[in-house]
Amino acid sequence: MSQSGQILPHGRVLRYELHERLTHWTAAFSYIYLLLTGLAFYTPWLFWIAIALGGGQISRMLHPWAGLIFFLAVMKMYSMWAAQMRTTETDKAWWGAVGHYARNEDDKMPPAGRYNAGQKLLFWGFFWCSLLLLLTGAVLWFPEFIPWNLRFLRYTAVVIHPAAALLTIGLFLIHIYMSVFAERGAFGSVIRGDVSVEFAKRYHPGWYKEIVGESSTPRK
Amino acid sequence: MSQETLRIQKISGHAGTVAGEGTQREYTICKLIDTTTCIGCKACEVACMEWNDLPFGETIFGNTYQTMPETRWNYWNLILFNEHEREDGSLMWLMRKNQCMHCADPGCLAACPSDGAIVQYTNGIVDFQQANCIGCGYCITGCPFDIPKLNPQTKRVFKCTLCTDRVGEGLEPACIKSCPTGCLHFGSKDDMLDLAEKRAKQLRDHSNYPNAGVYDPKGVGGTSVVYVLHDAANPELYGGLPKDPHIPWSVKLWKGPLKWLGNVAMVGGLIGLFVHYLRFGPKDRDEEEMKAETKS
Ligand code: HEM
Ligand code: SF4
Ligand code: SF4
Repeated sequence: MSQSGQILPHGRVLRYELHERLTHWTAAFSYIYLLLTGLAFYTPWLFWIAIALGGGQISRMLHPWAGLIFFLAVMKMYSMWAAQMRTTETDKAWWGAVGHYARNEDDKMPPAGRYNAGQKLLFWGFFWCSLLLLLTGAVLWFPEFIPWNLRFLRYTAVVIHPAAALLTIGLFLIHIYMSVFAERGAFGSVIRGDVSVEFAKRYHPGWYKEIVGESSTPRK
Repeated sequence: MSQETLRIQKISGHAGTVAGEGTQREYTICKLIDTTTCIGCKACEVACMEWNDLPFGETIFGNTYQTMPETRWNYWNLILFNEHEREDGSLMWLMRKNQCMHCADPGCLAACPSDGAIVQYTNGIVDFQQANCIGCGYCITGCPFDIPKLNPQTKRVFKCTLCTDRVGEGLEPACIKSCPTGCLHFGSKDDMLDLAEKRAKQLRDHSNYPNAGVYDPKGVGGTSVVYVLHDAANPELYGGLPKDPHIPWSVKLWKGPLKWLGNVAMVGGLIGLFVHYLRFGPKDRDEEEMKAETKS
């Protein structure tokens, strides 16, 4: 039985189990490497990043392999979290009230479950973009094997790959901002795995209710 | 070679200015290939390999003269043999010396992300600098002529240099030197175009080739390699020479609007988030904390 969503001693709630945290950091570290090397090839003004990371040749060689690792991590996330990421009626109301969320008026928000609608968007955005990045990345990996009469594959890949990357960068920036700066305590949930009861009630009241309902005798 | 930095007018993947940009030069150089007098002897292929000291690769045998289907990383100059049946049923053997066209507006260079892996000299030569090449193959996608080829061992891309080392010393390219029929010429672009037009006119007026003409495609800004063709209306007959070559529009989209939109969005996003933090701060500043902060 899944352990996450368990009430822990000292007013803590388990949010992410070890394998969830490991998956998160596999995706995160590989993504950051992909982001840095990708941006280096994306614009001459950032090519120095590739030099700093060991040179253009090394970056070119490792980027696709990091991409494979990243893709596998995202697929693992899909298997763990997809069920909890389904859109609900509350999510529609959440988007309707997103202005309040942006102004930190969280008491005016419809109660989110384990994930709020914004987090769901992050998840599905990354999921679909990863598929696109993998497919186009495979073409960019071996352009010399694409025959001349299939060159439209290369022409498509050079546009879709950076475009999909840019979409993920937008999601990624907001993700970092929310989880490191705006919602204090969220970062700890992917490090030690737990959040405070207050955090759970404040940001994921629906989820908290579920847990309390399930574990009838919270351990002290 | 000593003046090299000054003579470079375009650099791939380069942020900032280019040393030789806008410097004046009297003429750009040009290679003229008169396909109508090529006999397919392959002397130019051999000369190219000898001068550039390229290792020989395997050939194929398919009952034709075409012992290699296309240029390779170590085979920069290839005669394409094309059998063409004319409307009256007679056979024509079209031979075209295929190599880098040294475009004025090179797609390879536009696509390349690596600083200084591809340069264009003020004399018009587009040259790959393998030391700076990262092997991404973007140039393969950028080139409308299918010219750059990857060396699978070293992961660097190679192609015809137009014998930039010879030209720099005032010599003509090795292929020109070897041609026995005189179908290859080398000189300034103006002189070569002049010669080419004269030859095309001769073909039209005296040799019953009403479509004879010069191939110097404007879509890539003109090239430093120009052809005289018997049938300039159908360059595809000559082993797929594109009629209207240009840098693929998706490559332009990728290197142009997508880049600027992306850069603006990324910088704008960072600034936006920072300002949001200054304005609203973290979400969980509850009453207690606010009070504590105002007191201190
Ligand atoms: C999922 C598997 C992925 C594969 C197989 C892959 C493969 C590639 C390849 C082969 C290239 C060409 C240059 C190079 O090799 O470094 C490239 C470029 C790039 N990649 Fe990826 N990649 C993947 C994922 C990602 C991700 C997740 C990002 C997100 C940041 C990303 C961002 C970029 C960018 C920005 C470029 C440069 C595009 C340009 O030159 O404009 N890639 N990728
Ligand atoms: S493979 Fe081509 S595009 Fe890539 S760095 Fe080398 S020369 Fe530039
Ligand atoms: S023919 Fe291809 S490789 Fe040669 S300069 Fe033009 S775009 Fe570059």
